[in-house]
Amino acid sequence: MSINMFIQHLFNAITLGSLYGLIAIGYTMVYGILRLINFAHGEVFMLGAYFIFFAITLLKLPWGLAAVAAVAVSSLCGIAVDRIAYKPLRDAPRISALISAIGVSFFIQNLSIVVFTGLPRAVHRPDWLVKVVNMGGIRILPLAVIVPLVTLLLVLGLLWVVYRTKPGLAMRAISKDIETTRLMGVSVNRIIALTFGIGSALAAASGIMWALRYPQIHPFMGLFPGLKAFIAAVFGGIGSIHGAVVGGMFLGLVEIMAVAFFPTLSGYRDAFAFVLLIIILLMKPTGLMGEKLEDKI
Amino acid sequence: MLKIEDLHVNYGAIHAVKGVSLSIPRGGIVTLIGANGAGKSSAIRAIAGLIRGARGRILYTPPDGAEVNLAGMAPEEIVKLGVTMSPEGRRILPHLTVEENLRLGAFIRTDKEGIERDMDHVYSLFPRLRERSWQKGGTLSGGEQQMLALARAIMSRPHLVMLDEPSLGLAPLLVKEVFDIIGEINSQGKTVLLVEQNAFAALKIATYAYILEVGSIVLEGRGEDLLKDSRVKEAYLGG
Repeated sequence: MSINMFIQHLFNAITLGSLYGLIAIGYTMVYGILRLINFAHGEVFMLGAYFIFFAITLLKLPWGLAAVAAVAVSSLCGIAVDRIAYKPLRDAPRISALISAIGVSFFIQNLSIVVFTGLPRAVHRPDWLVKVVNMGGIRILPLAVIVPLVTLLLVLGLLWVVYRTKPGLAMRAISKDIETTRLMGVSVNRIIALTFGIGSALAAASGIMWALRYPQIHPFMGLFPGLKAFIAAVFGGIGSIHGAVVGGMFLGLVEIMAVAFFPTLSGYRDAFAFVLLIIILLMKPTGLMGEKLEDKI
Repeated sequence: MLKIEDLHVNYGAIHAVKGVSLSIPRGGIVTLIGANGAGKSSAIRAIAGLIRGARGRILYTPPDGAEVNLAGMAPEEIVKLGVTMSPEGRRILPHLTVEENLRLGAFIRTDKEGIERDMDHVYSLFPRLRERSWQKGGTLSGGEQQMLALARAIMSRPHLVMLDEPSLGLAPLLVKEVFDIIGEINSQGKTVLLVEQNAFAALKIATYAYILEVGSIVLEGRGEDLLKDSRVKEAYLGG
């Protein structure tokens, strides 16, 4: 493989890794607070892609505004999922909420088939994003630079919220001790809603960029990216934001590079993530950056 | 300031608090003492709003307002009214720094300058905490964690501070320090409700005391009087 080819693959890997990482953050944040795997998260990713599609085609919004609107509406959808499917089960055994999560995931997928129809659709892509640029023999899409950049900005913004603001402080506190945090005057349900809102916004941003990169959207498009991002979150150490980003990047690298170096494996591409999951669960079940597992009091 | 009428707490079939009534005058230190399992913690947790389904009236009169019934309110609403509880076992957030723990204590406040002033104030009250402000709460010793818990409790600028077993598990020297600080907090105008197993230390500092046995108040009186009471001596002060 030439060095140029390698660099192209590297850009692809970082792009894919960014998209996984953005979804994984939502899994990890919700898990950190509620100890719940929000299986409907992949569906919010899918909704993000559909919302920008309809914002452009039906509402005729300019592209940038459509993206912002799609992120905002998806974020509200994430909060609604919590309100409807998880909040009533807050005091129920954890398995109940998990089952509810799986149910919501199927529900949204199937509702999307009814509403959006199952036909794949193509999201409009501004030309400047997808015109191949040749830089000294390296051919890349501007998108492959922009996606990691946008991801970086979003992650920095997220870290600022989590580590530098009061709601972020409350989030971190709740993840360890809900009762004590309430005694400090924190309204837990509001912080949980905020967590779902932020996680869903990031998933929708990922869905939108995914639709630009792989321009075909359909109601089941959230299934595999969602599962893989979940694996990325587990790999990085579920509950850790840094871990989710690292896990996503790593998974992106593995998928792209394995196929690049061993093209005969390309048919197994989707299996790599699961092999990785099995390996990490056998070797280090808490993930790369995960904390020791402890039962919540 | 706080008047409790006929408080009941049930955990399933267990009747942990059976009709407790007590009253806490403004500016006082009232203590609730009793053996393990007497219902002290349940009572104080019910006041803080942590026990759903507690029955009875918990009438609180803030210095600047009308009487409200705290029963049935959520803990985050109660703390906003000026009633703060520091839970048993200190419950410092181990992964947050000392500074962050204190700022969490001030979560309900929006007066930035006031918060900074109070941060300074608690740091001067607890110089050890200032030295360790960037350390994670979980790395502090038991005594330091208790100081942090006390400091955190007053960061919300409460009118009534409720402390659940602040001396638990501390060495005698630290116990004395903790009680000195409780006295200091009280002398700065805050009313204190103190739940303790260390009856001797609690009675010495208290203006009024209630003794709880299996969910009911069996004796009450001024702290100094109860210290001399023969029944109290026998049961709680080691004869």
